[in-house]
Amino acid sequence: MATVDEKSIKEKVRSFITETFLIGDEKSKLKDGDSFMHKGVIDSTGVLELASFVESEYNFSIDDNEMIPDNLDSIENLTKFIVRKIG
Amino acid sequence: MKFSKESLKINAAKVTDELCEVILHQIRGIMKKSGAVVGVSGGIDSSVTAALCARALGPQRVMGVMMPEKESSGESKILAEKLAKKFGFEVILDEITGGLAGMKCYERRDEAIKRVFPEYGPGWLTKITIPSKITEKDTFNFFNVTIENEAGESKSKRMPLDVYLQVVAASNLKQRLRMTTLYYHAEKRNWAVVGTGNKDEHMQGFFVKYGDGGADLKPIAHLFKVQVYQLAEYLGVPDEIIRRTPTTDTYSAEVTQEEFFFGLDFEHMDLLWFAMENKVPAKQAAKALGMTVEQVERAYFNIDRKIKATEYLRMEPLEVKAARKKAASSKGKKKSM
Repeated sequence: MATVDEKSIKEKVRSFITETFLIGDEKSKLKDGDSFMHKGVIDSTGVLELASFVESEYNFSIDDNEMIPDNLDSIENLTKFIVRKIG
Repeated sequence: MKFSKESLKINAAKVTDELCEVILHQIRGIMKKSGAVVGVSGGIDSSVTAALCARALGPQRVMGVMMPEKESSGESKILAEKLAKKFGFEVILDEITGGLAGMKCYERRDEAIKRVFPEYGPGWLTKITIPSKITEKDTFNFFNVTIENEAGESKSKRMPLDVYLQVVAASNLKQRLRMTTLYYHAEKRNWAVVGTGNKDEHMQGFFVKYGDGGADLKPIAHLFKVQVYQLAEYLGVPDEIIRRTPTTDTYSAEVTQEEFFFGLDFEHMDLLWFAMENKVPAKQAAKALGMTVEQVERAYFNIDRKIKATEYLRMEPLEVKAARKKAASSKGKKKSM
C-alpha cells in the first residue's frame, strides 16, 4: 500500500487554492486553518470547483453529506479529509 | 432594538404612494419616457410592479409582456391576463421558444445534463436545487441537478463544475432573451423597462445579470418579499397570484425559489435578514422567532455570504477612470498621513 504523504497533499491543495481562487496571489498569505468561507475565498461555484479538483486528483467521490466545512473549509481540513479518504 | 415577528409590517398605503411618486418622477422626470413595459409572469413581484406602474402612470401607459417558452407553466399566462384585466393595462404575448432554440438554449443545457445522466432526453423534466436548509447545518451552497420521467421517478446528483456552469449559462439565455424582448417593446414606444426584482432577489443575487436584472428602474428592489405580499394585498392583486408558490419559471420541472436558491422560507429568511441588518443579537432573534441561536447564526452567515459573493452581479461595468480615481485617492491619503 502506498504511503499517504500529508505534506505533499497540503502543498498541492495550497497550490490549487492559490492558483484557482487567488489568481496566483501568493501575498494573500492564506493560513492553513483559515476558513475559505469566512475569508471569502470561495463561493458556491468555487465549492464545485474544489470538489471536482479533489475527486479527479485523488480519484474518489465526495458524497453530498461530506460537503461540509469540517471536510472542505480550509487547507488543513481539506488535507485531513483527503488523507482519511485515500489512506 | 425591538425585534419581533411584526418587524417587517409596513404601512402599505403610504409605501404605495411613495413608490408611485418615485416611479412617475424616474420615468417622466429623469428618463423623459412616457410609459412602462413590465414582463409579467403571473408571479407576485411582477404583478405588484405592474399594478404600481398602472397606478403611478395610468393603465394606458403600461404594457405587460408575457414571454413564455415551451417549458413555462401554463398557469402563468392565465394569471397574467387576469392581472392585466384587473388593473386595466394592455398585455401582449411574445413567445420566446423559437428564439431560445435559435440560441441553442435547450440543446446546450441538455447536452450538459446528459453528461451526468446519459438517459436524460425527451420525456424527462429537469430542475436544479440546493440540497439543504440554510439553518439546519453548516454546509456549503452547492447545486444538484434532478431529472424526472413521466412515471414520476426522479434522480438527483451534485453537478460537476463544468456541467453546472454550462447548465446555468444556457438557462440564463431565457432571462436575457426576455430582457431583449422587453427593450424591443419599450423602445418601440419610447417607454421604460421596469424591473420586478425584490430585495431578496436583488441583494442575494437571485437574478441574471443583463437578464431579469437589466432594467431602467427597479421600484421594489428595496422591499423584502414579505413586504411585497403586503403591497399585493393592499393593491388588490388577485388572490390566485398571492397564494401561488414562487417558482423560478426557468426549468421544466416545477421548482420553488426556496429549493432552488434561498434554502429557507421567506417569512423566516426576511425576518432573520432584517434582524442581521439591524444588528439584533442572535439570541434575541432566536427567542422572537422560536429558533435556536445556532440556526440564527447560520442564517446570518449564509445571507451575508450570499450578498458578498454576488456583488459582481450588481456592479456596473467597470471603467478605467474609476480605477484611476481610486488610485489617486489612496495616493492622497498616503501623502496626508
